[in-house]
Amino acid sequence: MRIVVCTKETPDTAAKIEIGPDGAATWGDAPLVINPWDEYAVEEALLLKDRGATATTAIGMGTDTTKEALKHALAMGIDEAVLIKDMALKGADTLVTSHALAQAIKKLDDTRLVIFGKMTTDGATGQTSVQVGRRLGWPTLTQVSKIVDIDFAAGRITVERMVDGGQQTVESTLPAVLSVVKDINEPRYPSFMGIRKASRAEIPEWGAAHIALNAGVAAKARWPELRMPPVREGEVVLIEGDSPEAIANTLLDKLLGEKVI
Amino acid sequence: MSGVWAWIECKDGKGASVSWEALGVAKTIAGGVGGPVTAVVFGNGAGTVAQEAIQRGADKAIACEDPTLANYRLEPYADLLGSLAKERGPAAIVAGQTTDGVDVMAAVAVDLEAGLISDVTALAMDGAVVKATVPVYSGKLLATVMVPEGTQMIAVRSRAFPAPAVDASRSGEVEMVGAARAAGDIATTVKSFVSADSGVSLTDASIIVSGGRGVGGPEGFEPIRDLADALNAAVGASRAVVDAGWIAYEHQVGQTGKVVSPDLYIACGISGAVQHQAGMRTSKVIVAINKDADAPIFKLAHYGVVGDLFQIVPALAKVARERLK
Repeated sequence: MRIVVCTKETPDTAAKIEIGPDGAATWGDAPLVINPWDEYAVEEALLLKDRGATATTAIGMGTDTTKEALKHALAMGIDEAVLIKDMALKGADTLVTSHALAQAIKKLDDTRLVIFGKMTTDGATGQTSVQVGRRLGWPTLTQVSKIVDIDFAAGRITVERMVDGGQQTVESTLPAVLSVVKDINEPRYPSFMGIRKASRAEIPEWGAAHIALNAGVAAKARWPELRMPPVREGEVVLIEGDSPEAIANTLLDKLLGEKVI
Repeated sequence: MSGVWAWIECKDGKGASVSWEALGVAKTIAGGVGGPVTAVVFGNGAGTVAQEAIQRGADKAIACEDPTLANYRLEPYADLLGSLAKERGPAAIVAGQTTDGVDVMAAVAVDLEAGLISDVTALAMDGAVVKATVPVYSGKLLATVMVPEGTQMIAVRSRAFPAPAVDASRSGEVEMVGAARAAGDIATTVKSFVSADSGVSLTDASIIVSGGRGVGGPEGFEPIRDLADALNAAVGASRAVVDAGWIAYEHQVGQTGKVVSPDLYIACGISGAVQHQAGMRTSKVIVAINKDADAPIFKLAHYGVVGDLFQIVPALAKVARERLK
């Protein structure tokens, strides 16, 4: 009854992101942290230990900095972590990433559920969970806001999904892949003991050969250029007036002039 | 490979507005790759929606009204779109950036081993290759993304592209097809669907009125809701007030909420943290109403009122009701 959480590191959300001399994104001294959405995935995996799960594993793909995310997951209470790391994965898009993650998941025994955060705060494609599910041939339920019921023995799960226009309740067979949204739980802070345990943990590194990566699965998306968004021209026009009504009338004139009302 | 497909999301027998925008983008892409534009529609009423797609500019349409596709489910939808695309080989597939749209496109991308560019906000053609603009790092940077080989899959952000208008004189062939996966082979069952009762949807709204910490408490959203009602707008919120429990998460705009791009965004009592800006900075016109003249939101706003939102917002609602009749 294993639960797998997939995670990665992202720059702190308050970081100022710029473009470095090599054309890649830089964030100065800002720390790399676990992707904020993944904390909800980790928390849900931990909560499932009270609902019949017996083992939790965090998997990340990347470089040594990815260990920041994995160590955070361990500090929160995940049992073990694995880093997928190989030069062959440089320039991976979601097709390659999903293949590598699916191959690593196949190496683990008895996986019943794989949980992702709903997206990352860097590339923000929101594609990886679905693509891992598709590669494993497991049903995928994204945007999950609640696990209503999970029965490991019967191999069934019922969840609520937060979708455009409302809330869908869906039942699925296990194993399955989920992506979770913020409403699902309140992630715990790592305990002091947890942080100590995580800092000492040896995180195994799995290379392309170990996970039987298929070199035929190639990245298709290319990112030839990063640029800063256009700076908004002009300063704010401050609306003043003798009374709230006068201000409201002037503002409404401006908005009617802009043709946005 | 030739021709471009637009996958049209169909709910309650109607096409989603972002899907029509995707159809417009499909026409642009067809200008570069050549071949016809085909609308692909699944669900109840798909045949009727397919007709509308033709009136909005598609050359032809493929529709499926199989009962297994009545309610959206990822697997049967992805199986059908994927198998049709494998068989017929469109050069590009375009869909709207919705929760279902991205899921279906991501799954089909695996089936085709094709590159998917999601959350596209602008694009240009470089010959037969789409050069797409995608906000990354929560909109702090823009990336150019391309898929130079194989099927190009594109999901477009809501309200980033114009929707082509209906031309009732247009006609074309609608081909009805069956489902790709048998009912018994589908692992998921939809138990229920509850529509959100929050009025206008944030991502579709042309006007959003948002409240932040400055509203002071849950009851502080009353004037915000009232202004939204006067302007037929959706209600948004900052993370701080959602975390405080003053309003439900579905209203949150920002890095860990919804990314919106309305014509008009009115930020009331919102200081404008970078995480909030990430969710609304592409709005066409931004109005900030805040007591603190130094709030970062005023650097982003086009129009600002330094003052008490509890005076300004009700006055604006009153004036709007009087003058917009």
